[in-house]
Amino acid sequence: MNKTITIEGVTRIEGHARITIALDDNGKVSDAQFHVTQFRGFEKFVEGRPLTEMPGIMARICGICPVSHLMASAKACDDLLAVDIPPTANKLRRIMNLAQIVQSHALSFFHLSSPDLLFGMDGDPASRNIFGLIRDHPEFARDGILLRKFGQDIIAMLGEKKIHPAWVVPGGVNASLTAENRDLILAQIPAALSRAARALEYFHTVRDRYPAEVDAFANFPTLFAGLISPAGLIEHYDGALRFVDENAAPVADLTDPHQYQSMIGEAVEKHSYLKSPYFRPRGYPDGIYRVGALARIILAERCGTPRADAELGIFRTRLGRSPQSSFHYHWARLIEILYGIEMIQRLLEYPDILNTHVRSRARPNRLEGVGISEAPRGTLIHHYRIDESARMVWANLIIATGNNNLAMNRGVLQVAQRFVDGTHLEEGMLNRVEAVIRCFDPCLSCSTHALGQMPLRIELRKSDGELCDVLQRD
Amino acid sequence: MNTFTDVEIESITLRIDDKDVSCRKGETVLQVARENGIDIPTLCYMEGLTVWGGCRLCMVEIAGFPKLQAACATVCTEGMNISTNSPRLENYRRIIVELLLAERNHVCSVCVSNGHCELQAMAIKLGIDHVRFAYRFPHLDVDNSHDRMRMDHNRCILCSRCVRVCAEIEGAHTKDIKGRGVLAAIIHDLDQNWGESETCTSCGKCVNICPTGALTHRGTAVGEMTKKTMFLPYLTLMREAQP
Repeated sequence: MNKTITIEGVTRIEGHARITIALDDNGKVSDAQFHVTQFRGFEKFVEGRPLTEMPGIMARICGICPVSHLMASAKACDDLLAVDIPPTANKLRRIMNLAQIVQSHALSFFHLSSPDLLFGMDGDPASRNIFGLIRDHPEFARDGILLRKFGQDIIAMLGEKKIHPAWVVPGGVNASLTAENRDLILAQIPAALSRAARALEYFHTVRDRYPAEVDAFANFPTLFAGLISPAGLIEHYDGALRFVDENAAPVADLTDPHQYQSMIGEAVEKHSYLKSPYFRPRGYPDGIYRVGALARIILAERCGTPRADAELGIFRTRLGRSPQSSFHYHWARLIEILYGIEMIQRLLEYPDILNTHVRSRARPNRLEGVGISEAPRGTLIHHYRIDESARMVWANLIIATGNNNLAMNRGVLQVAQRFVDGTHLEEGMLNRVEAVIRCFDPCLSCSTHALGQMPLRIELRKSDGELCDVLQRD
Repeated sequence: MNTFTDVEIESITLRIDDKDVSCRKGETVLQVARENGIDIPTLCYMEGLTVWGGCRLCMVEIAGFPKLQAACATVCTEGMNISTNSPRLENYRRIIVELLLAERNHVCSVCVSNGHCELQAMAIKLGIDHVRFAYRFPHLDVDNSHDRMRMDHNRCILCSRCVRVCAEIEGAHTKDIKGRGVLAAIIHDLDQNWGESETCTSCGKCVNICPTGALTHRGTAVGEMTKKTMFLPYLTLMREAQP
């Protein structure tokens, strides 16, 4: 008798998703799927809009990482204008992008994932959330909240708003940085570095508690993809898109963004609104690859900043150059937080950072443009076509989370097979299925922040629909 | 020799919102109210252009009149007793603005005029935090054919300020309105693309006079379009000063 377990409303992720776990006659997991249940339609409804509105519209894809979409969109628009943006604008965009990465990683690690690590995967769900964290680990929670604030404050100082700033425009940015704001940000750097260092210390005390999870949380060989600087350093804004194999050996470098479709194909599965991108030369689904913090850490030779490189050294000594378990995304995110803070400081100390020439003006000079940047969750691609009046006629977006879709699906199956016993349900089993998704920090839409308080109902049904068992979390 | 004392000015006295006021013959209720610091909301009215009376936001109650009257188009008469604000008027004004918002695609957050838009400001002023009518979401064109300016029909409220400033101040009369009701739309010349217009002088007055993000400069991103309307009273003054 086949049964299906449905986890409807996956919690502590950004967006709406459902997980279904199919059981065979013996109650063993035979299949599992991760369904993204929302449809947005951005590629369609931007048709006809002027290109100058694109960064503003596309940023609305997400309320957590609007800056990432601003970057990819503005880069696609720069490409359409065929301009080089002023060097200062390039640095300012990088600062905002790194601030975004710091705040988003802080949200992912402290608010969404650390409750699992600190309270245990089987911990009481009533306190296994940010509120339990604030009660039992107030210093840790405060560090997380203030690190997030650090990133958000930088975004607001540059773009006037924490969420959806209109500051990034085709050709650069629309306002330069003031000396006062530069000094305000620089003054916050030491405290932010201390908080990131404390978070890493904390993480080192808990990371060895979960060997079974390390072993089964999407732990399989795949390709990894992400931007990389010409010097082989970690990169979030520009550079070549590199694919490496499971041993971190380069497989392909994409230097011309216009050619991305030669490397990335997009498959559509009936069970999800999220497309499944794959590395085209290896075909579907063998071209499975992962993006995001772990991928970037594996791709890069080094970070290029002292503290992050020191931590990367510990990471590689402990796990090797190319650890395959997605559990290690957490550590990679913490390293990137450290890197982000250090790099923001370095960029702010450039003598030209206060230059007022921050925008290149031009009419559209191409009809097709591609922008690639790194969002906190991975590589983000915006591809636009316009008509001769600079109105959008077509758009294709490959969102960071989408790149991880194949890996998330396979990871859900792996963890379900390892931990879920269909003969009786326990909350901790299903929390692990959700936790593997949280490793990838998927951003399935924008505005949903379910902090463990979202009602979750898991039903165990026979194949004919008869209800066998229910697990309810209110 | 003529002096001011020789000119006979017929004055009128009336009450607006329980305040006794006086004005010259021929002045409208809206003009007198504003001269006396009484605010009546408008969207289509523009000092210096002919009165259109289309937006209906300036409707006021006049004692003895069973119907509401448009303050911009109603000339004051002796002894009028006018109320510019009442729950009934407030309700109608809200409905008008909500209908404007529902009629086309006014998406403030991604509009180039976000933060500098008269329709948005009016909605805020009237406390409109949601729209009770079903949005129509029409498929409307963005005319981006002009070299420097853009017409986005999605944001147009058909106030006709652009039509009037083009005809009355610039003298080009490039713009006009075609169609009726919800099918009405601003056109250029004989319903051509703006960029193909033979009569447009590219003066840009229509862009600056437009209350929303319907007429904008090309190349502006979200929230960057600000309008400069000071040219109109200045030009009007210059015109009136001519012998």
